[in-house]
Amino acid sequence: MDVLKEGKGKLLGWHDPDEARDWVLQNKSRELKDKTMSVSEAVSRFVHDGDFIASGGFGHVRVSMAIVYEIIRQKKRNLAMAGKTAVHDFDILVGSGCVNKAEVAYCFGHELRGLSTASRRMVESGQCKVLAETSNAGYQWRFLAGMMGIPFIPSRNLLGTDTGAYSSCKVVKDPFSGKPVNLIPAAYPDVAFIHVHRCDIYGNAQIDAILVEDFELSRCARRLILTTEEIINNEAIRGEPWRTAIPFLVTDAVVKVPYGSHPCEMPGMYYYDEEHIAEWLALSKTQEGVDKYFDKYVFGVNSFDDYLELCGGKKKLNYLRRRELLQEPMVAPWRK
Amino acid sequence: MLTEGRYNTREFLAFTGASLLEDKKTVFVGTGFPIIAAMLAQKTHAPKLVIVFEAGGLGPLLPELPVSVGESRTFYKAISASSMHDTMSLSQAGYIDFGFLGAAQMDMYGNINTTVIGDHDSPKTRLPGSGGANDVASFSHKLIIIIAKQSKRTFVEKLDFLTTPGFLNGPIAREKAGLPQGTGPYRVITQLGLYGFDDKTGRLKLVSLHPGVSIDEVQDNSSFDIELPPTIITSSEPSDRDLKILRQEIDPAGIVLGK
Repeated sequence: MDVLKEGKGKLLGWHDPDEARDWVLQNKSRELKDKTMSVSEAVSRFVHDGDFIASGGFGHVRVSMAIVYEIIRQKKRNLAMAGKTAVHDFDILVGSGCVNKAEVAYCFGHELRGLSTASRRMVESGQCKVLAETSNAGYQWRFLAGMMGIPFIPSRNLLGTDTGAYSSCKVVKDPFSGKPVNLIPAAYPDVAFIHVHRCDIYGNAQIDAILVEDFELSRCARRLILTTEEIINNEAIRGEPWRTAIPFLVTDAVVKVPYGSHPCEMPGMYYYDEEHIAEWLALSKTQEGVDKYFDKYVFGVNSFDDYLELCGGKKKLNYLRRRELLQEPMVAPWRK
Repeated sequence: MLTEGRYNTREFLAFTGASLLEDKKTVFVGTGFPIIAAMLAQKTHAPKLVIVFEAGGLGPLLPELPVSVGESRTFYKAISASSMHDTMSLSQAGYIDFGFLGAAQMDMYGNINTTVIGDHDSPKTRLPGSGGANDVASFSHKLIIIIAKQSKRTFVEKLDFLTTPGFLNGPIAREKAGLPQGTGPYRVITQLGLYGFDDKTGRLKLVSLHPGVSIDEVQDNSSFDIELPPTIITSSEPSDRDLKILRQEIDPAGIVLGK
């Protein structure tokens, strides 16, 4: 195939497909074994300085915040992050100095809440580098190619644009249609962390919501940490196997963390804690504010339960549940 | 300037967006205005409009304004709750009639920048990037763009970064680049007017002026020349019922539509 154009973005997390298969053969156990562990053990075992990391869910929806906070607590450094629509997870990981590189589909923003000042400050001052651009489908299909064990997947997006020119894709002449077609390279993040509604001790997981990119991400990442609202019996998994979104084969760690997505949303269970997110958005306007936030909510607490207590405890969590179920009106404290 | 009174500018923009959407069609929406416009269309002239959200929500009946295009509201009473791979594949395969996006900066061919102001590697202002916008603009049969504040800074001669494709640099450029045939920008909504694109040149062309807006204002708030139609018509206005739905049902807290 003739290569017509080559994106100048850095190719992050790509491996030769045979090397990828060999890594799976050497490192991924086929045994149903208990993978439950603490959040600190999961992060110290599976997240390493310099890793290419990916967060499941959708940036501020069904995000494994317990893992995000633990990465900050353990002061991991030089991480590159998949900006596969990365919102609150990315902003605080960049703000904390843990992540200093990104491949960007969507970063530096908080959707309806506006722009993310902490991560924007880091990128505009050169402390966080954008290694490549892509789009949401572009990222999604990097994971798809990775989970399929193929080197790339053809697509018809990114063509003719600077997003394509700054991506790690190549444009070739399609040998079937004769038209230019974009080739999206596979991605194999070193580690992914995904928050789920429930799973068993082996890491068979159910998600009661849109999967976003987690079907593919869970299967292409080399290491997978699951945090879960609840641990259920293996019999319950086997009773309704069609509900298994992620099979144990790809899971490396299972950590039970109720409300583990706070202050982000967990579909069907609790809505965003807008008060908390607004506090972050206000504090993160300065580096002093960022430090103050982490001192209070990450370094100043001993457990996720302590953290939840600090954020308003049972009363707040009950409110977030009612809000999720549309029993409380919408609020937008970030507008003040 | 748009004559405010019965409605404010933001309400007018949302109404204009809704009026472009058709019943029994699909619309792939981005955050903010596009969602509000699709909700209003669904509650008025297009009850069978199928709203699609990139993260996997297909055909929801939105109970309130979602903060994120990936949260639970986006698959509330939906037809299906699947994944990014599903919605983007359906789009690429030709199932999406309307794409609907907000933008920071646009050129005369409807190309959009939402990535960076200044140099890419040492940006003056870093913006979020494509998100799903490049995909939506590549795959949708008709793309609608909303720019809430038209000015010389947002209607530019040359983009700092071409994030999302319009007609690139002319009417056949999309097909030449390999983008799906027959796709491209269809309408642009700003606080001053409603625009389309000239078939022959692929350049921005006025469709209608909002009430109280002059031709001079349209041209003075653009860095490039905007083509004019032979007769100038005035954009239609929201009814009291439209405004009531926007204020009471869609955005009662005034998060997007308030001042």
